[in-house]
Amino acid sequence: MRRIRVIPMLLIHEGGLVKSVRFKEYRYVGDPINAVKVFNEKEVDEIVILDIDATREKRPPDFRRIREIAEEAFMPLAYGGGISTIDEAKQLFNLGVEKVVVNHTAVNNPSFVTGLARQVGSQSVVVSVDVKKNLLGKYKVFTRNGREDTGEEPVSFAKKMQDAGAGELFLNSIDHDGTYRGYDLPLIEKISGVLSIPLVACGGAARVEDFAAAVSSGASAVAAGSMFVFQRPHQAVLISYPGQKELKEKVFSHLRGK
Amino acid sequence: MLVIIDYGVGNLASIRNMFKKIGTEALVTNDSAKIRAAEKIVLPGVGAFDHCMTMFNASGLREIVTKKALEERTPTIGICVGLQMLTQGSEEGKEPGLGWIKGQTIRFRQDRLGNLKIPHMGWTSVRSCKSSGLTEGFSEDTRFYFVHSYHVKLDDPQDELIAAEYGMEFTAGIEKDNILGVQFHPEKSHRFGMLLLNNFLKSY
Repeated sequence: MRRIRVIPMLLIHEGGLVKSVRFKEYRYVGDPINAVKVFNEKEVDEIVILDIDATREKRPPDFRRIREIAEEAFMPLAYGGGISTIDEAKQLFNLGVEKVVVNHTAVNNPSFVTGLARQVGSQSVVVSVDVKKNLLGKYKVFTRNGREDTGEEPVSFAKKMQDAGAGELFLNSIDHDGTYRGYDLPLIEKISGVLSIPLVACGGAARVEDFAAAVSSGASAVAAGSMFVFQRPHQAVLISYPGQKELKEKVFSHLRGK
Repeated sequence: MLVIIDYGVGNLASIRNMFKKIGTEALVTNDSAKIRAAEKIVLPGVGAFDHCMTMFNASGLREIVTKKALEERTPTIGICVGLQMLTQGSEEGKEPGLGWIKGQTIRFRQDRLGNLKIPHMGWTSVRSCKSSGLTEGFSEDTRFYFVHSYHVKLDDPQDELIAAEYGMEFTAGIEKDNILGVQFHPEKSHRFGMLLLNNFLKSY
């Protein structure tokens, strides 16, 4: 049976774990290390942790904190936020991080992705692609936590990152983030159509069935934030993750060879 | 003492963390005296095959690790590219492998995979091909985390311990006497990785 990766995405802001709506309205949901421990017990496939302050504060990753998190992560761990040199990425790998997620540095300098992939292997290099519709309703790639329009068009940007050496793209739909509207399927379809590397879809997941829809549209893996840290309808903080039985019934059994 | 060979490559912190989680202090070292005294050996490896072989050859540790594995029969497990290094060579590079296991490391063929992508990245179910201490307790739920574009192709099917499927069946684990290897990452495969590493500690 074919499986796909189902990945909790966690945001770190001011030292705590937060969850956003459309990359805004950050709400505190707990302590990052504690959350990783809980996700461990739930045997999640992989975890993505993004420090959304690092680039804005022009500082490198918080290595001490990441070490603490990595020591509790017995599943693959991807980290992003503030990585601007190959040495910083290497330090992260030494701490037990499997993949680094780059955004701002890659946008400004695609050759950074090339150099990084050459040194650490492309399978460990993830480029996050944050996409939002602009005022004219056109998809554009944004950076700096969705505040800055890069002017880049998502499909050509994705292709450029793949050509630069990225091993995987993490596609975040800013418009769907935290809204429980389901994934932005047309966007996933457009981008995955030009890629030979895996695309991880993120933004909008509300239920397990949404995962199968994202994969049918071309995603190789799915990520979610709100769905795994809040309990609806009252948005109480509660960490959850679907069981294998549910995933098999509602997702894996519907997958074809893609 | 369990020793993780530090030849400058690999996810050593993750492996040490996982052993710590199951109650064993592993020694990460490049010190030949300590390797000489090892009771069990982990040979890690990530990234390009030639890079791993070149680094291992340059580390000056190859001779002692080979002596331990082949003459003293110290239980030795290769992980990921650490497994591939046990073969005679890889399509990925030009460097010869260690050749402790007869076989080659070959690339997944896109024409055999349909629209599955290379690398094979993610969780995949495995099955044990023969009775072994390393796979004791495996069930139909057992799955591991894989990241690889190349896999081992053995000359002798008797050496195959674990099989997995990605478009086609491939060898995910080997066992020949005291030499073991796994293509996946037990150190990142939570409950199942703990089971396997614990088996390595107690059965060998």
